[in-house]
Amino acid sequence: MQTTLSKEFAPRSLWQRWCWLIWVAIIIAIYAWAIGGLQFSGLQSSAKTVSDSIVKGLLHPDWAYVYNGSGEDLSSLTIQTLAIAFLGTIVSAVISVPFAFWAARTAHERFYLRSGSGKVILTLIRTFPEIVLAIMFIKAVGPGSYAGVLAISIHSIGMLGKLFSESLENMDRGAEEAITSAGGNAPQVFVLATIPTIMPEFISYTLYRFEIAVRSASILGMVGAGGIGTPMIFAIQTRNWPRVGIILLGIIVMVLLIDTLSEQLRKRLI
Amino acid sequence: MQATATQTNPIISFKHVNKIYDNGTVGLKDINFDIPRGQFLVVVGLSGAGKSTLLRTINRMHEITSGEVLVDNESVSDYKGKALRHLRRQIGMIFQNFNLVKRATVEKNVLSGLVGYYPTWRCVLGLFTPHDRKRAFQALDRVSLTKKLFSRADELSGGQQQRVAIARALMQDPKIMLADEPIASLDPRTTKAVMDTLKRLNREDGITVIVNLHSVELAREYADRIVGLRSGELVYDEPIDQVTEAGLNQIYQTKPEA
Amino acid sequence: MSTPEIPQRPWRQRYHVSAIAWTVTIVVLLILSSMATGANFGMFLANINQFTVLLVQMSHPAWAYLSVIIQPLYETIQMAILGTTIGAAFAIPFSLLAASNLVGNQVLRNLIRLFLDLVRTLPDLLLAAIFVAVFGIGSTAGVITLAIFSFGMVSKLFYEVIETIDMGPLEAMKSVGASKVTIIWYAVLPQILNQFVSYFLYTLEINVRASTVLGYLGAGGIGVYLQRSLDQFNYSATAVIILATLVVVMVIDGVSNHLRRVLL
Ligand SMILES: Nc1ncnc2c1ncn2[C@@H]1O[C@H](COP(=O)(O)OP(=O)(O)OP(=O)(O)O)[C@@H](O)[C@H]1O
Ligand SMILES: [Mg+2]
Repeated sequence: MQTTLSKEFAPRSLWQRWCWLIWVAIIIAIYAWAIGGLQFSGLQSSAKTVSDSIVKGLLHPDWAYVYNGSGEDLSSLTIQTLAIAFLGTIVSAVISVPFAFWAARTAHERFYLRSGSGKVILTLIRTFPEIVLAIMFIKAVGPGSYAGVLAISIHSIGMLGKLFSESLENMDRGAEEAITSAGGNAPQVFVLATIPTIMPEFISYTLYRFEIAVRSASILGMVGAGGIGTPMIFAIQTRNWPRVGIILLGIIVMVLLIDTLSEQLRKRLI
Repeated sequence: MQATATQTNPIISFKHVNKIYDNGTVGLKDINFDIPRGQFLVVVGLSGAGKSTLLRTINRMHEITSGEVLVDNESVSDYKGKALRHLRRQIGMIFQNFNLVKRATVEKNVLSGLVGYYPTWRCVLGLFTPHDRKRAFQALDRVSLTKKLFSRADELSGGQQQRVAIARALMQDPKIMLADEPIASLDPRTTKAVMDTLKRLNREDGITVIVNLHSVELAREYADRIVGLRSGELVYDEPIDQVTEAGLNQIYQTKPEA
Repeated sequence: MSTPEIPQRPWRQRYHVSAIAWTVTIVVLLILSSMATGANFGMFLANINQFTVLLVQMSHPAWAYLSVIIQPLYETIQMAILGTTIGAAFAIPFSLLAASNLVGNQVLRNLIRLFLDLVRTLPDLLLAAIFVAVFGIGSTAGVITLAIFSFGMVSKLFYEVIETIDMGPLEAMKSVGASKVTIIWYAVLPQILNQFVSYFLYTLEINVRASTVLGYLGAGGIGVYLQRSLDQFNYSATAVIILATLVVVMVIDGVSNHLRRVLL
């Protein structure tokens, strides 16, 4: 401790000694701006009663909603949510493969025009809000899960394409080299070396993306894109807290289960 | 050229071969020598001397900048497409890192040596003839690994993986075998197994073997002839019975005759 | 040449049982999913002209709208900064308690981790919807949503960092009888500060992205205008909002990436 202390107080240049003050000033300025700029609505007069009823509702979930045979109950809509996530993820994984080859940097490339443009496209896709995509697709195909599937399919390309292209960039080229040196042509190299080498990583990323898609699918319904989100937003708007409680519970269980399952599968892959 | 052809009929000859990499590094500088059929040739030299570069110009895994490489008295520089693949399929190559498909079975890996002989669609579907499956088994038998036929490649030890790689190269029915530091990541015992296998292929099948090695002791033990490279130049070339300690040391001098 | 017979693979391998089983499972799930979601590629193609109309409108951004959304864009960033800060502040004690090298009590640790896992399962928009119901429409709901969201994420990142620290200095201080707080202040904090700040910035990046859509459900920021423009079919305004958001997100990403590189 003695040594660290003496190091702390070792003589330093004036700039070094006071540099941190500038940082503190910058940080204080940022926070002053952030706090000053927001208008806090404060607690609504009804907030107390609202939160009371929320807590009460959440503690007494509407168990009857779990299954009532209508096809609009928690279990059917959870399954629908998973279906949206699954279909969206698989479609997106397939579309992401060509994008990945587009965006992956290769040694022979000049100025990285091809890969660079691919990377920009993937960034644009990634930054385009999923919700807005969902709304756009709702305009195109009407409200419902299909719009959700399309939104997830397109939005996930941004992330999967990036992850895939990075694993292509970092993959071990040894097997490809071996097949080439044995007289293989490009398709043979691709099938016999590239695919088996890269596949486990692609699958693992796809599973990971599926976990995220399950979360997305459960909220896309809030804007009308199918799944459990639709009854959720409806229950919130009608202050049906017991119903909100059971849906929340359903989402938590579903997400936890999927995460665990996917983690197990991913562990077995590697 | 006619003279050399009638003299020894070399299987490979280098004629004024130069290689300059895109970034300006000199890989090979005016390489001139012949390799007779059936020879066990060892290439030695410091790291970065150009050994890998030399080896890879033979099956055109690297392009040369000028000069000529002749295989069976034919210049390989202009080979394209099918001709190039036919050249490659008669030249087996094994690598320091084995370069197997780690997650595929040993059998799959060995069969993949046949790519040069199979139409693409059969490779894609994995439709190999029973006859070739049997050959794969025999190839594994030659490297004493039949027990591992259906194991996944990444379950094997380094030495075993290298022997799988040799079996894969054998499927090509090669006239020439190129080995780029095949034992660099192996322990002494597996090193011996791999080198013995290469030697046996050389003696029994008459395959011309060209091996890059770091170890001079191994080179003296296995080679018919040793050539040495330094900064891309051929600085040493002796048949094994004329190899001397002093001569070898000269390869490793960093400052040539200065 | 006499070679021994080629051994047969076990039938499971010979007929690729597991590969086929996986393929069949995935295909069946795909079919079931398309039935459950009513996905129908033909329908998308049939409606493609509507989609293109939308895209055409969006490709003519109404730049005049920019002046309207500058203020809400600021608000979005402010929400993200405050939310992330509050979340990170709460995350510190929780991450200390969840770190296996600092807390010996396994029950406590597992309980806290379970709690953090639960928090992380909650999607941000869902939280936003609930908090809008409690606090009314406005940025308060947004800040609280982001705070909870970042709390779950930052706690995990933090405790994983804490578990990698060098225990030497800690042990030394313990042996001279320093109090827990002193130990954390002098032996733990200096080792992890840089990574903490780095993860804080990373979470801030994510929150800036998230906060742009929270407003869609009334939780303040640019999302409010996003919803408005979409509801009014004013897609050229939507385009401006998205482009402006994109620029903001990229600038924040750039600054934060730069700071993180400097830090680590
Ligand atoms: N793709 C490349 N681009 C540019 N320079 C290269 C490339 N590959 C090799 N070189 C350079 O060419 C020279 C010869 O390399 P080479 O790999 O043939 O050496 P080596 O004798 O095989 O060395 P080692 O024993 O380390 O394998 C080295 O200076 C190396 O840096
Ligand atoms: Mg080399």
